[in-house]
Amino acid sequence: MIEEHISTYREEAGELLAELETSLLDLEETPADQDLINRVFRAMHTIKGSGAMFGFDDIAAFTHEVETVFDLVRNGKMVVTKDLLDLTLKSRDHISALLDASAGCGEADQQKGDVLIAGLRRLVPQPAATGGPADKTHELLADTNQPEETQQKTWRIRFQPNRELLLCGSNPVSLINELRSLGSCLVTAHFDAVPLLDALVGEHCYLYWDIILTTVRDEAAIKDVFIFVEDDCQLSIEMIDDLSQDDPTGYKKLGEILVERGDLSPDVLSKVLEQQKPLGEMLVDQGAVTPEKVLSALCEQQHVKGIRQERAAPDSTASIRVPAERLDQLVNLVGEMVTVQARLTQVSNTLGDATFISIAEEVERLTNELRDTALNIRMLPIGSTFSKFKRMVRDLSQELGKEIEMETFGADTEIDKTVIEKLNDPLVHIIRNSIDHGVEKPADRIAAGKPATGAIRLGAEHAGDSVLITIRDDGAGINRDAIRHKAIALGMISPGADLTDQEIYSYIFAPGFSMAAEITNISGRGVGMDVVKRGIEGLRGSIVVDSELGKGTVITLKIPLTLAIIESLLVKIGESHFVLPLGAVEECIELSREDIRAAHGRNLAKVRGHLTPYICLRDQFGIYGARPDIEQIVIVSVQGGRIGFVVDFVVGEHQTVIKPLGVLYQDVKGISGATILGDGSVALIISPGDLARMAETAELAQL
Amino acid sequence: MSVAGITETVQYLTFKLAEEIFAFDVAKVREILELTSITKVPQTPDFMRGVINLRGSVVPVIDLRLNFGMQCTEQTVNTCIIVVEVNLNREILVLGVLADSVQEVVEMEPDHIEPPPQLGAKLNTEFIKGMGKVENTFVMILDIDKVFSSEELSDFQGNTAA
Repeated sequence: MIEEHISTYREEAGELLAELETSLLDLEETPADQDLINRVFRAMHTIKGSGAMFGFDDIAAFTHEVETVFDLVRNGKMVVTKDLLDLTLKSRDHISALLDASAGCGEADQQKGDVLIAGLRRLVPQPAATGGPADKTHELLADTNQPEETQQKTWRIRFQPNRELLLCGSNPVSLINELRSLGSCLVTAHFDAVPLLDALVGEHCYLYWDIILTTVRDEAAIKDVFIFVEDDCQLSIEMIDDLSQDDPTGYKKLGEILVERGDLSPDVLSKVLEQQKPLGEMLVDQGAVTPEKVLSALCEQQHVKGIRQERAAPDSTASIRVPAERLDQLVNLVGEMVTVQARLTQVSNTLGDATFISIAEEVERLTNELRDTALNIRMLPIGSTFSKFKRMVRDLSQELGKEIEMETFGADTEIDKTVIEKLNDPLVHIIRNSIDHGVEKPADRIAAGKPATGAIRLGAEHAGDSVLITIRDDGAGINRDAIRHKAIALGMISPGADLTDQEIYSYIFAPGFSMAAEITNISGRGVGMDVVKRGIEGLRGSIVVDSELGKGTVITLKIPLTLAIIESLLVKIGESHFVLPLGAVEECIELSREDIRAAHGRNLAKVRGHLTPYICLRDQFGIYGARPDIEQIVIVSVQGGRIGFVVDFVVGEHQTVIKPLGVLYQDVKGISGATILGDGSVALIISPGDLARMAETAELAQL
Repeated sequence: MSVAGITETVQYLTFKLAEEIFAFDVAKVREILELTSITKVPQTPDFMRGVINLRGSVVPVIDLRLNFGMQCTEQTVNTCIIVVEVNLNREILVLGVLADSVQEVVEMEPDHIEPPPQLGAKLNTEFIKGMGKVENTFVMILDIDKVFSSEELSDFQGNTAA
């Protein structure tokens, strides 16, 4: 049991550390943001508190020191400085190291921790008054050890003073004002005891009040307000709402409140409820309660409703922890379901029975919904990845003596969990590249008439069934001619080749291609961008590079939302079926014998005035049999260019549940997986990018 | 005369490949399927026949006849796919093996199993764990993990990677 808690703590601490890092980095931009300071404090407080609870004493002790400093910041006794943030970030790393060490991986450096604590202590301003720093820390210790009461509760208070209250020198108004200072407060006065003017005694208090108070203080604090009038009034204090009742719609009905208060008997209520008029109005008409009482009860209802809804809003991310493998299993099952459903549809169409077809259609609709929901569960906002890069930019730019600010947008864009995991490496390489080669040193930037601080913008947005991730820097840009020369020198292109900008830029992704004159420890080995390309293609995504010399570079990654199920185009060659990812498909055209003859043996087709190269998949895959008289070309966009794939016949759209081919086939080029068709046979998924590259290298080898 | 590594009485599944009888340890066999349509993966060696759909999973199928240098024989009603579990680099790989026909499950005592002959087997003896004897016919017990040992596969992987 305790093991389970410890692992949960580790997980949570990991998340809190990530949040801490984000908040600290944000704090660097807006050092005075009280909200952020509080968030930092809270994160550390929780790490410390639960750490001590589960026996992570070293973590608790260390975090406590850091927390102490932030408590000063929180109370405005200290300002956020760069030194403080540097130290805190390092402390965060140290906590993370301690956490890893406790899990048995790696060892934390105790000395490092001591150095950090000493550094933090130095930052604490020395109090000018008497009392040395030791006293000060002591005081802080006492302060932070106080339990934090953050649980808001709502109380119903009926304060009915005796008539003679005023004669004792007490003023009910000041008491109510005192209550107001405890928290959010709604006060209703009741006038029903006020007599007619002739009977009215000026010194008597005829009024009484219902007060609805929402406060973090406890009942004793409320009672304290009335401590001097306790004997001169009737006072009832009841809790009507606390955190345990978290249903924003579950507030009490007016009648229930009145009955609860004893202002109305349940019998009268049920009798009155039988009539169809607004309850409050009916009750008043019946003379069961006075209008003020109804008003007061309504106030309470509104108040509690408001409070609960307010509380529900930040809690809307309320979630449960589910092991990732269970979700994967769910998605796998849904995948099977989609396959079976395709078979059902096929069979129902063959049989032609109307009832059967309608059932099949119903199942199809449900399956599609189920698929979308299941895939949605696995979606995570990409923001957690982004904050990691913020830290990286900060550290690397310091190391390189550059000033770079990182901006992010679309952090709440949701992508499949598995895609996010695989996006990490490519993004690391692209951003490192931007920092190292893109953004110039401050002096160079000023010389070029740009602000000394460079900017890298990392963002994500949805575009159809894909996510676009853009990495934009305002650095030096890519020198097209330099790449061209280098590519010629490496024998990748012939000197006279006529290439578009896109084609030239694509060479930066070639393995072993580096424009860096010297190899730094950050980049220059010509490996990075190759990794990017493989990574993105592994995700069935694409990369577009755009750059202007001296202005900056934009790299756009287009990534499918999910890896499990894709929309695709089913094609047939001979007896074999293949699928092409529909996202890349642009159009399908016919290729007749005359067209082939007219091209004089070159694999080029004329599509609306443009020559488009094509690959005959039958030849490429070595499939025997005669080519049909009229073939079809599926035109696919690959790396900014268009390329055609010749197939016998285009069958149509297909919901493809991607199945891995396994280790035996992991190195097969041009095929990225398999899928199961409605009839139970297996179709292979074509990877257009791979095939295009293979054809390219084959052609270069022939030259 | 016994073979090192075979000390217990084990059940074996026997099957035919081109009139010769071979055997797998039953513990390695998951199930036996009728021959279904096999989808060939382009640009792979002939002995890798392709992939089949095994209740939603994509499982590769290989043809041992081609592996052992035998002729690729005609497929008949008796042709089946034996689904086996192979240890490949410490991972379990589910694989289909084509067999001309499946015979029976037999028990063989360690005493009745002899080491493979050094000569005259016409097969790569590396794959053969031992020669068993069932009713006067020899049964070649295959070491399934070795059949798909990294040598064979890495050869193939090396070819496609080049």
